[in-house]
Amino acid sequence: MGLLQREPVPALHGGNERLARAELRRQIGRLELQLSGLVAEAFPRLDLDAAVPAAGREPRVLGFGDLEAVRDALVARIATARRALSERAQVEARNRELLGRMLAAPEDFKWLRVSRADIGRPGCGHWHSRPRLGPLGMLMGWWQVKVSSGCPLAGRLAAVDQESQGD
Amino acid sequence: MQGWVAPHLAAEFPGLGISWVEVDGRPGRSPKAVDRRLRDLSDRFYGAHAIHMRERPIPWAYRVFFRQIGLDPDRSRTPVEQLALERLQRGGFASRGLPRDALTIATVETGVALRAFDAERLDGALCIRDSAPGESLPGRPGELSRGTLTIADERVPVGLLFGATAEGREVGGGTRRIAIAAVQVEGVPQIAVDEALWMVAATLETA
Repeated sequence: MGLLQREPVPALHGGNERLARAELRRQIGRLELQLSGLVAEAFPRLDLDAAVPAAGREPRVLGFGDLEAVRDALVARIATARRALSERAQVEARNRELLGRMLAAPEDFKWLRVSRADIGRPGCGHWHSRPRLGPLGMLMGWWQVKVSSGCPLAGRLAAVDQESQGD
Repeated sequence: MQGWVAPHLAAEFPGLGISWVEVDGRPGRSPKAVDRRLRDLSDRFYGAHAIHMRERPIPWAYRVFFRQIGLDPDRSRTPVEQLALERLQRGGFASRGLPRDALTIATVETGVALRAFDAERLDGALCIRDSAPGESLPGRPGELSRGTLTIADERVPVGLLFGATAEGREVGGGTRRIAIAAVQVEGVPQIAVDEALWMVAATLETA
C-alpha cells in the first residue's frame, strides 16, 4: 500500500465506532512517524513546516470526525513535505552538475560561487570561480576554482572572543 | 504511587497512566551540583538532537498522543520538546530553581512528561479524567468545556492534561512537600517513568 494512501477504517456500526477510532489513532501514529522522518531528513537543508491544525485548544477525546480530519491533515502535510524534499533534491542535483562543469572549466563560470548547502552537503564552505593572481589573471583569462576552508574552528572563535574581551 | 484513569479514557487510550511521588522540599535556588548538571546537559544537546528527537520512541509517543487529543505538538509543545526549544533559543538550559531544574533534568534525560504540585494542597490520589459539566479549573475564568482532559485529585481538577495548573496547586513559596507526577502514554515504558520520578526525587532530596 502506498504510504500516502488512506488506509481503510472499519465501518461504523454501533460498537464498532471505538474500533474505528482506535484504527484512526494507529494511523495517526504511523503518519506522525513518517512526518517526523521527513522533517529530520530535510534538516538542515530545508525547513519543513510540520504543523497540522489542532482540533481544539484544550485536550479532549476526539470523535471519529475529528480524528479523521487530523489523519487527513497529516496525509496532506506529508505529501507537501515529500514534494518540497523532492524539488530540493532536484535543485541540489542541478547544482552538483553545475559544480562539476565549473570545476572542469572555471573560465566559463566567472565569479560563480556554489556553497555546500547548494549541493545538499552539511557544513560551511563553498567553491568560487576566481581569477588567478587577481587583475592580471582577469586580463589573461587565468581562472581557477578556489575551495573555501570551511567553518571556523571552535577554538579560533573562542580565541577571538577572549581577545575582544581583553581589549 | 499509581494514580487511576477514568475507565472510558483507559478504554480509548490504552497505556495512559499517571504515577507520582511526594518529596519533602521547598522551592528555592538550585545548588551548584544541579547547576553543573544543567550545564553538562546543555553541552551535549544540539540543534540536530532537537530535530531528531521527534523520531525517538518516547518523544514520538507524546507527539502522537498530542495529535490524538486534539493538540498540535508543533504549536502546543510536548514537555521535552518545549525544553529542547528553550535550550536552542537561550543557548543552554537556564536554571530556574527547584523543583523546576529537577524536572528539566529528568525530562530531558528520559523524555517523560512531568508535573509538580504542592502535595499539601492535593486531596487524595491523582487521576486523569475528563471534566464534568459545570466544572472549572481553579484560577481560570469560566467553565471547562465538557470533556476536557484533566489531572484531578479526588475533589477537583488540579490541572489540564499537558496544560495549565490550577491556582493554589502549583509549587509556591509556602510549599513544604512537593508531588511530582508523570503522565504516561502508550509507547512510554514504565521503566522510563520510574527512572524519571526517581531522578527528580533524588535531585530534590539531595538539594
